[in-house]
Amino acid sequence: MSFLKEISPLVNNYFLSGTDVLSRRAAQITAEIQQGERRSYNEVLDLSSGDLHRGGIKPITFVRQVLAACFYPALLEEDSLPLDVKQRAESLLRECDGGSIGSYTDSSGIAKIKHCVSQFITRRDGGVPSSPDNIFIKSGSQMALMIMLKLLIRSDDSCRTGVLIPVPTYASFTLALEKQGAAIIPYYLCEEQGWTLQVEELRRALNTGRKTCNPVALYICNPGNPTGHIQSRKSIEEVIRFAAEEKLFILADEVYQSCMYGDDTEFHSYKKVLSEMGSTISSTVEQASFNSVSKGFMGECGLRGGYVELVNLDPAVKEYASRLLSTRSCPPVVGQIALDLMADPPKPGDTSFPTFSEEVQSIKNTIGKNTVRILEVFAELPGISCQPLKAGYFVFPCLHFPPKAIKWAKRRQMEPDMLYCLHLLEESGLHVRPGCEYGQRKDSYHIRLFVATQENIMEDALQRLKTFHTQFMKEFS
Amino acid sequence: MSENGALPLRGKVLTVDTMNANVKKVDYAVRGPIVQRAVQIEKELKEGVKKPFEEVIKANIGDAHAMGQRPITFFRQVMALCTYPQLLDDNKFPEDAKNRARRILQSCGGNSIGAYTTSQGIDCVRHDVANYIQRRDGGIPSDPDNIYLTTGASDGIVTILKLLTAGEGRTRTGVMISIPQYPLYSASIAELGAVQISYYLNEEKCWSLDISELQRALQAAREHCSPRVLCIINPGNPTGQVQSRQCIEDVIRFAAKENLFLMADEVYQDNVYAEGCEFHSFKKVLFEMGPEYSSKVELASFHSTSKCYMGECGFRGGYMEVINMDPGVKAQLTKLVSVRLCPPVPGQALMDLVVNSPQPGEPSYQTFMKERTAVLSALAEKAKLTEEILNTVPGISCNPVQGAMYSFPRITLPERAINEAKAKDQAPDMFYCMKLLEETGICLVPGSGFGQREGTYHFRMTILPPTEKLKIMLNKLKEFHQKFTQQYS
Repeated sequence: MSFLKEISPLVNNYFLSGTDVLSRRAAQITAEIQQGERRSYNEVLDLSSGDLHRGGIKPITFVRQVLAACFYPALLEEDSLPLDVKQRAESLLRECDGGSIGSYTDSSGIAKIKHCVSQFITRRDGGVPSSPDNIFIKSGSQMALMIMLKLLIRSDDSCRTGVLIPVPTYASFTLALEKQGAAIIPYYLCEEQGWTLQVEELRRALNTGRKTCNPVALYICNPGNPTGHIQSRKSIEEVIRFAAEEKLFILADEVYQSCMYGDDTEFHSYKKVLSEMGSTISSTVEQASFNSVSKGFMGECGLRGGYVELVNLDPAVKEYASRLLSTRSCPPVVGQIALDLMADPPKPGDTSFPTFSEEVQSIKNTIGKNTVRILEVFAELPGISCQPLKAGYFVFPCLHFPPKAIKWAKRRQMEPDMLYCLHLLEESGLHVRPGCEYGQRKDSYHIRLFVATQENIMEDALQRLKTFHTQFMKEFS
Repeated sequence: MSENGALPLRGKVLTVDTMNANVKKVDYAVRGPIVQRAVQIEKELKEGVKKPFEEVIKANIGDAHAMGQRPITFFRQVMALCTYPQLLDDNKFPEDAKNRARRILQSCGGNSIGAYTTSQGIDCVRHDVANYIQRRDGGIPSDPDNIYLTTGASDGIVTILKLLTAGEGRTRTGVMISIPQYPLYSASIAELGAVQISYYLNEEKCWSLDISELQRALQAAREHCSPRVLCIINPGNPTGQVQSRQCIEDVIRFAAKENLFLMADEVYQDNVYAEGCEFHSFKKVLFEMGPEYSSKVELASFHSTSKCYMGECGFRGGYMEVINMDPGVKAQLTKLVSVRLCPPVPGQALMDLVVNSPQPGEPSYQTFMKERTAVLSALAEKAKLTEEILNTVPGISCNPVQGAMYSFPRITLPERAINEAKAKDQAPDMFYCMKLLEETGICLVPGSGFGQREGTYHFRMTILPPTEKLKIMLNKLKEFHQKFTQQYS
């Protein structure tokens, strides 16, 4: 292994054209291995994306049984499916026109499912009321976020609409903002304090932003991606107060709300905290909260089910939002059904409950074990440090590159962490993402690893990383 | 906390005045105010309110299953197998369904339809789509790299429009679209702030497209915008007209001459009923016109799982094939689609089955063909029935429904009715359709939602209700029209 050798010109070209170098190269290597090429590893381990099933975790049985019965109702006449599965499938099919999941639904989603989601929200928030009229189901939380951006971002002004976003933030959101013509105003999360959100930093960012654009929205990701940070209740209150003072629309991306580790972590929804903050604030601050079936214990990314709950939105604007949604006909019915199952899973006493709770617990145990193991391995390695992992699907450790490594990357006109990831992929067959994709403070470098895989895959990945990293630090010392 | 907006609007960040101004211009008649009223009436009926009818017939939207059409058994079997692979051990499922399911699952991360796919869509599905296109078009090659799987055809259409919308003022992108048109186009053009360039289809000639009319519209548009796109819907929505091969050639020649990007919406490609009509894909005709055109004209063709004989609207499955797109622009397209992560995997899987349906010799072939034929022949029968019955009504004139799923008859409205409508600030055909809804429970979409020549009125009605119900509906409509005409004369 030599880091001083030239990286494939093929890869260089891809980099310059701005396409996803790492994913392309990972796919290429996989194909080469399949065609018989020999490498020091048998397969590429993909820890690059937040995809539970791709990482080897199995789908929840109850969910898949209900969906199968909805696809092919003939199964309802067989004995193979449990009673509660059949009942749920039947009750959902009754909500579909013609009893078929092939029919269009209301553009904002099936009424009964929106009702179910609103009840889920109320339970989660300890009784804070939630109305189905404020819930819009979309094909994934990303699409719901895009609709909100479409409403907020003006294209006809000489002064661009600004959106405050955290650094680091996941890449496809930044791209979405660019495509909508928003001005991006970054605010830096405080790594030393566990990636916390500091209001003084929000203020600094906002004041800077006001010089060049018209800031209207503040985007928060809680729990954080890629940071794994979870906001304290106090922090959320501070942010809401800030938004109230500065007249900002809050976009609260809460898709990782069911991915929590450790006993002392608690998720507080922005909606709940807002509702408990005195009527001047709680009745005025405008907010949109997002959730999805892609994360949590379901991990059904491919089904595309997500929703946005609107708080204190001007009713006239809501009317236009509805109209906008209607042009896209409706969200995928299967995604809607998955949302229903997420919001109203099997309960104690239900036939499927034992299996269901076993499966969920097993996933939680696996992720819990992985997070402990990850931090153990990192602790042994030089030049790698990590903030405590509280929630979410990823770990985002800081790489402390020796000056020689940084010079080497500079010569190749690449970010050091990108070059590190390319070599890690090439030499060890491990695919992780570089911090430069998410944004980071100048002269700081990171990598992002997915943590919710099968334990043996995680162990394999950690060993590969350990071997590579040790060698890397030695060669550049 | 306020849930009903009873608080003063002063102080809100997002108001109708501060929001994106383009959103205000978005209208989509297919799900507009008349449908909202229909839903309300349905609620009232459920609550026991007495009405002159027992049910609302939603003949406003092209949703086949909602009207009782059955899904294709094979497709649903494969989907169940993909969703819950335990069923692969169940001997009640045919072997060909199991093989398709296994193949699809193998191409999914973790062998699960719950994993993300690449944003362009599952590789093997795109290969299958390319093969289908090649077979359909008599051997003309199709490159899987030019295939993008989409969330319904709408997703693809809006994406391409977004890609092509640029410039400002006089250089702003102009998009040519037919009048009448499927209002996704006008809504998206408004949303994107592009300029709509309307070209009128010829009602007297069965809604055909005249190149001279395209020319007229284009010339006029050049004064105030930069025309870049020409949208064609074939078979047509709402008109049902199926374009002749000659017409398609003429359109291609026109697009080549005027340097326009062609968008060919072909979601109804299996829905062709009339004698002497045949579906010709724009791609096929383009390539049969020789390299002078096939190497130059930029084309995007769209298809979907929502129509034809499948009617699987709720799956949100679709694809687009892009031809001769500038590589730089194509890279931008690939980037643009990556923002929404990936299309729903069930829709991708279903698209795969549509393009890779049971073949002669396979266990499911007989049943599949029987079901497919039954759906398409029922539609053909209903298309004819609709045209016949509507043309017996004085004051209603209906062109032959050559294809697609709708009739778009012209209605003559008495002067008094038109005036009463205008006094209410309502389009006269909306006034008519509202009255129809209140008195008969039949929900249609007024022609004003699709566009029509000034001073003419129409409605769009689907041919989807089951034959017996359709007959009843058409006769009720006939009665209503005669009563309405009398009442307002």
